[in-house]
Formats: sequence, structure tokens, C-alpha cells
Amino acid sequence: MNERPLTRNIQPGRAPLPLPAYEQAGGYQAVRRALTSMSPGEVLDEVSESRLRGRGGAGFPTGKKWSFVSTGDEAPRPKYLVVNADEMEPGTFKDRLLMEGDPHQLLEGMILGAYAIGAEVAYLFLRAEYLIAADRLRRAITEAGDAGWLGRDILGSGFSLEVHLHSSAGRYICGEETALLDALEGGRAIPRAKPPFPQASGLWGRPTVVNNVETLCNVPHIINRGAGAYRALSRGEDGGTKIYGASGHVRRPGAWELPMGTPLRELLEEHAGGMREGFAFRGVLPGGASTDFLTDEHLDTPMDFDSVMQAGSRLGTGMLIVLDDRTCPVGLCRNLEHFFAQESCGWCTPCRDGLPWVEQILAAIEAGQGRPEDLELLEQHTRLLGMGHTFCAHAPGAMEPLQSALKFFREDFERHIRERRCPYR
Amino acid sequence: MLSEVERDEIEAQFEHYEERRAASVEALKIVQRQRGWVPDEELAEVARLLEMSAAELDGVATFYSLVFRRPVGRHVILICDSASCWVMGYECVRAQLEQHLGIGLGETTADQRFTLLPSVCLGACDHAPALMIDETLHADVEPGQLERILSGYE
Repeated sequence: MNERPLTRNIQPGRAPLPLPAYEQAGGYQAVRRALTSMSPGEVLDEVSESRLRGRGGAGFPTGKKWSFVSTGDEAPRPKYLVVNADEMEPGTFKDRLLMEGDPHQLLEGMILGAYAIGAEVAYLFLRAEYLIAADRLRRAITEAGDAGWLGRDILGSGFSLEVHLHSSAGRYICGEETALLDALEGGRAIPRAKPPFPQASGLWGRPTVVNNVETLCNVPHIINRGAGAYRALSRGEDGGTKIYGASGHVRRPGAWELPMGTPLRELLEEHAGGMREGFAFRGVLPGGASTDFLTDEHLDTPMDFDSVMQAGSRLGTGMLIVLDDRTCPVGLCRNLEHFFAQESCGWCTPCRDGLPWVEQILAAIEAGQGRPEDLELLEQHTRLLGMGHTFCAHAPGAMEPLQSALKFFREDFERHIRERRCPYR
Repeated sequence: MLSEVERDEIEAQFEHYEERRAASVEALKIVQRQRGWVPDEELAEVARLLEMSAAELDGVATFYSLVFRRPVGRHVILICDSASCWVMGYECVRAQLEQHLGIGLGETTADQRFTLLPSVCLGACDHAPALMIDETLHADVEPGQLERILSGYE
């Protein structure tokens, strides 16, 4: 039986543990330990040694991210911790599960993160549609404040933290960490140039760390178990467990907490239950809309950051979108590129104008009006909208499923153009 | 004109942030909760409270998909059109909805009962296709159930 520290308190369909029950289950013990017997630097070191990597999609080592914040009496103040709870990556619903199922766990992770970097204010940036999560988080913040886990001089440690819930109003780009800071400051969510990185100059120009929900939910368990034991939960180099999930025509769509590095085949066959009757597997987006397709030949890939990268994609959010043999890959690409075109913030030209062009070409091919030279045009776009040509990673992310679809499902594109129709309709 | 309640609620947000303008989205949502949408006059008043120009606040309001600068129906339907829902039958659900309501995406029924809007992934991919009506998520939606689901909203 796998250990599942992040979801141990979570039962689907059941309300989250209220504070006393959460404490009884060992909750806030990590905060007690850290604030009474560890320095902020020791908390940071423990997280670095745990090999926790960011669960929002990019996989940046969390301890390293924190270490860029300046500390000491000379450090600019206030400092901020921002939780990226703007989960809007298509196919992804893991942070919702964690926030609805165990809001105190997230708060506990936030307290530890804020303590490590010396932040006195934390914002939870939550997408608008997650109303159940908002209610439960609000209640948890009140409970934690009343019990002295938040507020002034927590446990007499001299460390103080206020937490504010900031509910957003749509737009995928708000999940890009610097765009998120603009949104929090009350402006349009347009990504910022880096450097300076948020750790040096973030929210209102102050030192700021932006962490994903799942990332922070890991931190109490690192402090409770110690870095070594936490690392050992994993089947690979990256530490800990991961919330994986699957959607599409599989028998049991859902989300599961499993050792980091669980192979793709195991996710699909054991946990998702294989394909539904009458459907065959063709490919999968391993970590949301902005990751390259993987196919049959990649099924033995361990789902950790480096292995998925070596297989030619990215772990991303670790939430699989499964493509079956009765769904048109061209249509799926058109759907994905429609999403990216619509969600471009419009700041830089390649993204704002390139993505709608890509969508139009795909729509034409899908409708049987494609020309043979369109495939070359699409391939050009995958290069010209790639990393280095745009202000942020939005358009490069949009090109990942397209470039891999052109490779793995080329025959489908060609057939649409040749037969002047969609063979799946 | 902003009501006293709206004004108080907006001003209560200010202490959460270093600058008043950071409350812009919440302020617009407060107005929208009362009125269903954000009219020009109230937008200008909110802008003054936030120490922004009305044009700048409108730039923020129109950036976000869930701030409505035009009147909407009594109930807003957000239909998820992202990848997992598309794979699982979004197009059938959408077609059935459009036919039943007699409107397309972005439109409001003549009786002002429903506005139909597309939405990016609602985070209910394991129960696709999904849609949200006002504050309620409806998942595993089958086209045949839509009439019954909609009948719950007057």
C-alpha cells in the first residue's frame, strides 16, 4: 500500500476536517516543530534536501526558489508569499482536490514557506470558479486565526503571518507567476520581464515567492518526516509523492496520490483502469494542454520531471488527457490552439497574432479545406512561437502539443487534406 | 450610484493590500453581485474609490472573462470547452443547449433568463463534460439531462 501523506485526510464527497480534527490527525505539528525548534534557514535546508520540485508545472526546485529571497535584517520588507491557486490548465484538477479536501494542510504549508523566507503576508490567488474551495479556505483561515496558528507572534516565536484570499475573475494567463503579480496589484495580467525575478522584486516591488498549491501541501510532510524519509516516498530522483490524474475515455477518470516517478503505463492501466470498451489508446498529454503528446512507445516512462523531459515532453501538472482512436487528433489540436489563442494576454505580437493564425489553419484542415503546404506553415509556427521568440512561456507552451501531434499523428493531418474532410466525423 | 453596502464592502478590501487599486477585481465583483453586471456609472465611481482612472479600471474589467460589462440574464451558464470536455462530448452538449435555449455562445435569451458563455477548463475533467450555472457545477452532463437541469433555474 502506497503512503499518501497529502491526501490522507481527504475522502471524496466528505467535508474537510475542521481544525480540531485536523490537529488530532497530526496537523500543525510541523508548524510547531519549525517555529519552536528550527531556524528559517533550517526549514529551507530541509526542503532543499527533500528534492521537492514545483508542482505547478515547471518543476523548479522549491528550496532553490526560496533561497533567492534575501534574508537578514537588511532585507527589504514586507516580503510576500503568494500561492498560485489559479488552476486553469486544461485537464488539471489536483489543486481543487487539495483545497476542497484539506484546506488546513495548505495553510500549514503556507506558514512554513512564509517562515522560511521571512514573509509576513501571504496571498492565496484563487480562480473565480472554485467557489467551494473559497468557502472552505475562508473558514480554515478563520479557524487557524482564532487558534493562533495565524496572526501575530505565532506560538510566541516572534513570527507573524496574515493570510488573505484573493479571488480572481477568469483568464488562464493569471497563472503565469509574474502576470499573477500584476493581477494581484489590480492591473491587467500581463507577464513581466525577468530579471528581476519576483524573489528580488515581486509584488509591489518587494521580495516575493510564488508557489503552487500542491507544492506547499508537501512542505508539512517534509518537516514532519525529515528530508530523507520524504525523498524515499518517491520512485525516482525527485522527492515525494505526486497527485496524478487522468481524463478522457478511460474506465476510471480521477486523481490519485502516488510515488513520484510512477510509470505512465501504471497510471493508465492500474489507476485509470485502461481504456473504455470500444476505445483504443492513441496518445496522451502527460501534464495538461501545454505539454507534448506521448504515445505507445513512451508508456514505460517514469512520470518524474527529468524522465518525461527525456521522453520529449514535460511532466507539467501530471494530469493526463488521454486521446483515443475515435477522437480526431486534428480536432483536439484545434481545440487546444483555440484555448491558447483566446487566453493570450495580447502583449507580444507572435503570441497575439500567431496563435489565432494557427487556430485558423487547423480549423481549415479540420473542415476539409486544408492545403498540403499548411503543414509546413504549422511547423514554421511551432518554431517561430517557440521559446525565445515571445515574452513568456504561453505561446511556446501552446506549440508543444502541436509540434508533437504533427510528428506522431502526421498521417491524420495528411488524410484530412487529401480526403478534404475529417475522417472521424 | 453605488449603494452604501457596496461602498462599505469595497472599502473593507483596502486594508488587505498595499494599494487600493489591488482591490479592483473584488470591487468589480461586489458591484456585479448586486446588479448582475458592471454599468459605466458604477465603474467610474469604483475607479474614484480605487484612485484609478475609469479608463484604466475598464481596461482591467474587460481583461477578465467573468467581469460583465453588458447586462446578462438572471442565470449565467458557463460551458467548459477545454480539451477533456471536448473529448468527452462538449459539442453535443453545446448543440443541445443552443437548440433548447435558442441562442448561441455569448447571447442572452429574450426572456432574460439565461446567458450562455464558453469557459476554459472548470477543473472537473474527471467528470466531463461539465458546465456551471451561477454558483453550481454540473458534471457528467448528458445532453438528455439538460432540460431537467435548466428547469431548476427560473
